[in-house]
Amino acid sequence: MSSNETMAKTKKGSKFRLFFRLKRRYLAIPYAIFLLLFVLIPMLMIFWYAFTDKAGNPSGEAAVSFFTTPSKWSVLLVSLFLGVQTTLICLLLGYPAAYILANKKLNRNGVLVVLFVLPMWINFVIRTGATRDLLDWIGLSGGKYPWAATLIGMVYNYLPFTILPLYTTMLKLDRSQMEAASDLGANPVQVFFKNVLPQTLPGIVSASEMVFMPVMSSYVISDTLSEGKITLFGNSIYLNFTNSQWNSGSFMAVVMLVIIAITMVITHKFDRGDASTRRGGGLW
Amino acid sequence: MVESVERKEKIQKVFAQIYIWFLLLLMYAPILVLVAFSFTDADVLGKWNGFTFSLYGKLFRSEAIMVAVGNTLIVALVSSVIATILGTFGAIGVYEANRHWKRTIEFTNQIPVVTPEIVLALALTVLFVFCREHFFPNFQFSFWTLLAGHLVLSTPFVYLNVKPKLEQMDPALYEAALDLGCHPRQALWKATLPEIAPGVFSGFLIAITLSLDDFIVTAFTAGPGLLSGESKISTISTYVQGVIKKHPLPPELRALCALIFLVVVLVVVALIFVNRRRQAGASGRHEKARMKL
Amino acid sequence: MDDNGIIISLQHVSKVFDKTFVAVDDVSLDIKRGEFVTLLGPSGCGKTTTLRMIAGFDLPTSGKIFLNGRDITNLPPYERPVNTVFQHYALFPNLDVYDNIAFGLKLKRIPVPCFDKEGNPLKGIDKAAVKRLKKQWRETRNDSHLSEEDREHQLASIEEELQKAQTTEVPLYKMRKLSAKEIDEKVAHALAIVDLEEMEDRDIQNLSGGQQQRVAIARAIVNEPSVLLLDEPLSALDHKMRVDMQLELKNMHKKLGITFIYVTHDQEEALSMSDKVVVMKDGAIQQVGTPENIYNEPTSAYVADFIGESNIFGGTMIGPKQVRFLGANWQCVDDFPLNQKVDVVVRPEDVILGEKGKGVVDGRIISSIFKGEDYSYELEVGKNEITCRDHAARLVGSEVSLSVAPENLQIMEKELTNNVYTDAYLDKNGAVVIDGAAFACDIKTLLKGSSIDENGYLVDPKNNKKYDLNDADVIASFDLDAPELSDDLSAGEITGEIVGSVWIGDHYQYIVRTEDEEDFVCNTPYQWNIGDHVSVHVPPEKISLRLKKGLDSYVVE
Repeated sequence: MSSNETMAKTKKGSKFRLFFRLKRRYLAIPYAIFLLLFVLIPMLMIFWYAFTDKAGNPSGEAAVSFFTTPSKWSVLLVSLFLGVQTTLICLLLGYPAAYILANKKLNRNGVLVVLFVLPMWINFVIRTGATRDLLDWIGLSGGKYPWAATLIGMVYNYLPFTILPLYTTMLKLDRSQMEAASDLGANPVQVFFKNVLPQTLPGIVSASEMVFMPVMSSYVISDTLSEGKITLFGNSIYLNFTNSQWNSGSFMAVVMLVIIAITMVITHKFDRGDASTRRGGGLW
Repeated sequence: MVESVERKEKIQKVFAQIYIWFLLLLMYAPILVLVAFSFTDADVLGKWNGFTFSLYGKLFRSEAIMVAVGNTLIVALVSSVIATILGTFGAIGVYEANRHWKRTIEFTNQIPVVTPEIVLALALTVLFVFCREHFFPNFQFSFWTLLAGHLVLSTPFVYLNVKPKLEQMDPALYEAALDLGCHPRQALWKATLPEIAPGVFSGFLIAITLSLDDFIVTAFTAGPGLLSGESKISTISTYVQGVIKKHPLPPELRALCALIFLVVVLVVVALIFVNRRRQAGASGRHEKARMKL
Repeated sequence: MDDNGIIISLQHVSKVFDKTFVAVDDVSLDIKRGEFVTLLGPSGCGKTTTLRMIAGFDLPTSGKIFLNGRDITNLPPYERPVNTVFQHYALFPNLDVYDNIAFGLKLKRIPVPCFDKEGNPLKGIDKAAVKRLKKQWRETRNDSHLSEEDREHQLASIEEELQKAQTTEVPLYKMRKLSAKEIDEKVAHALAIVDLEEMEDRDIQNLSGGQQQRVAIARAIVNEPSVLLLDEPLSALDHKMRVDMQLELKNMHKKLGITFIYVTHDQEEALSMSDKVVVMKDGAIQQVGTPENIYNEPTSAYVADFIGESNIFGGTMIGPKQVRFLGANWQCVDDFPLNQKVDVVVRPEDVILGEKGKGVVDGRIISSIFKGEDYSYELEVGKNEITCRDHAARLVGSEVSLSVAPENLQIMEKELTNNVYTDAYLDKNGAVVIDGAAFACDIKTLLKGSSIDENGYLVDPKNNKKYDLNDADVIASFDLDAPELSDDLSAGEITGEIVGSVWIGDHYQYIVRTEDEEDFVCNTPYQWNIGDHVSVHVPPEKISLRLKKGLDSYVVE
């Protein structure tokens, strides 16, 4: 036997062996560290910057300035208003479309859905530029009609995001219930409000979620189509970023987070948690 | 009576078709107009100077556009590959982790999914600025900060795509592989990966789409590097945004749009084709099995 | 090897999940080479966990597992010469039948001798052995279960072996993969054993359940394991298939000659296939024996009830080899102290029916079912009921006599006569808290003649000492008749689910398990079903308390 010391050095090995069962869970460590460094900490930084001043001392300066400067809080109102308007128009246009697409007789193999989704894969800045130029060409230029142009651009961009979640809920729609309702003497309008609408409510909620927040926070569409005349949260935060005004920018971000929290609380009971259908998730 | 019902259905069907195609026409109008006018060299939309491919030549000669396209592809590929690896391993690890860690990581994973891009972008920028002010005075925005931004954007979606596949998988498969002599790493590769591959693949596709399309995070987190050399990295999104702010879309971008459209159509057709064949193959095998029984 | 033919040995193996749930509790078991051993028990009894620890998927919290005398407790599954057939087969869906079976073979490395240029075998130090011995040395040194003396002794012998391994030269071997031809042959052979010849190219999805089952077995045995583990392999098959497969598995076991360890909850399966049955309950072994042994000589009412049909009665020993139950005195062959409370088990087929008055006790037939080769009768004896089998057709309502041969009366000590809770404590209201629920009780019973003052202190009238018993640890107990069950969940102090029920002659014995896995055993004449949610009420006067520490440690100054 050589010596006990050399043995002591290799002691770690067997312990490591013992934990071979746990190895798979250790695979999550890089991702956990990544989430901590690049998601959790940055989110906390936002709160830190929102409630401090330039020198780093605690301060409500950004908050006070946000709520007392009309040009700042009007951004909130404009964004909310445009968000609601776009969501409603998208729902009105997308709901019948999703209903038709979910009908197997009209859309036998789902190719039509792919056609609706396909434009989303073309770079959206180019698409926005194209929309602007096309509107210019037909005389609806953003310079003259900023609100209308922006609204058209938003609807154009977010309509597919409305149709997808509605389409997925409508696929699960129990059509025999509708037949039963009309069999019992309900007229089509009654069938719709009493049966179809409640059944598709979760789809409506998640479609609204997917339109409302992104519209409020969008930058490129409003900036390009209104030719800089309409300022949304996105534009406002972007401006703060280009001017290195981290505190007021962060405060606006916090306001956005609060709005998200509120909408999530409201929609919580409808949300089925398929988060992957949000944003690009439903595309594939 | 029967006839009238049939007729009503027929009329409904026609209306439905008209509605769908009308919507599609609206959706495709800007793109199709752009594609059409990519074959003429007029400065603005609506003017037809005769058919020519000259814009395509101009496109490939424009260094700025080629740099942006190159940067976009590099960033998209690198970030989506890393996101796929990070997210897939993350999902596997979390699946095995205890309840406490599972909940914490899933919650954090959800943050980038529900938060608007601009908030994420600002949060990251603020973090980098904070690091520069307080810890590393030499800290510079670069390709790496951009990469971090794109990873934050896309990795959660990889995670969310892999997770359900893990849940559907029979956990005994991994153990069976160990039982038959695989080391843990081999077992992951041979037993787990084939089962979750569809989720990994769709996660990768989403990651690449998110990265290709992104403007905000790139604008916030990019620094000098890649093909842009000493100047700030430009991607298709940031480049186009820069030029269309004050002017109409430059003519050669019409050609770029037409090419992207072509590629997208080809990819989608290929994916549909592959999917069809896989389904057909599966049902065909089923048929065969039934015959044998 | 001097090991009495023992291939697997579990020594005081326990497994605790999440620090609280004891899945396997101090199990020791020896399994002989070539045996067909079945671990039998209801779900949650720890049988699967035991199997998984032998396979290496779970590591024991404490205890050791030996294979051929070698400690494999912490060996990962891929280094164990053991293969598993999984409950739902766990076949790789992306591979066909051939690739599934060849999976293990493709990973296998076999030693081949090394030769130098002249063709002489190369010699050198056996590095693998050195490595193995060093590891064994380390593990022995870190083994906290060994006494200092044993450790020194074992370390010395390992060091000696190590010395030898490091100095003597042995023929050197290289590891190589199996050739494609070797793999082909082995796969074909395995397929022949499971009767699936020429199915190599089939996809897994296109196989029937029975065929998948066979592939799973082939995939395991093709690696020529020393032990084959089978985790409820037949549970997913329909009844007829199951019976066929039982026979085939038995034949395979004979043909292969290796050890089978089989896990099932189906007693019929266990009895018909095994050489040895291990009955488990709540993580512990209840009884180990041959199927005949387990059936004829159950050592507890639990085993008797679980294996086959049986009548169980509560009885009392009234003399040497004499027991009283069913209101009569019976001769038996087991001896217990006088007045000992016992459980008596009678198999239905052991009851001899005869003319009224000619047996030990009389009864009345209350129901009759024709079973093909005989009849199953339900008899009423006093207020007890008993099930019997008899070939003669008898009328319902007729009176008959019953007798049982003395050797067919299984007598065993009563398993449980009391509910005892050792980690109970008193709360500030003077109630006893068992499993988080407060049960009213009389703490005055802790001290004779004491009273309780306005502060809730226990007062000793003799010396006026006061005791603050808030939070005092006590052992609470009450007998099995004390708890009252109710389906009104607010009627009792605690609620739980009925997880066990045994009919003991004239009453049922239920086990009510609470959410935190605390058990309340109670006797009641009323019928409940397994899975029912009930509340448990214990009358205060029935609870007896004992302080863990002396009363003096609670004196109020």
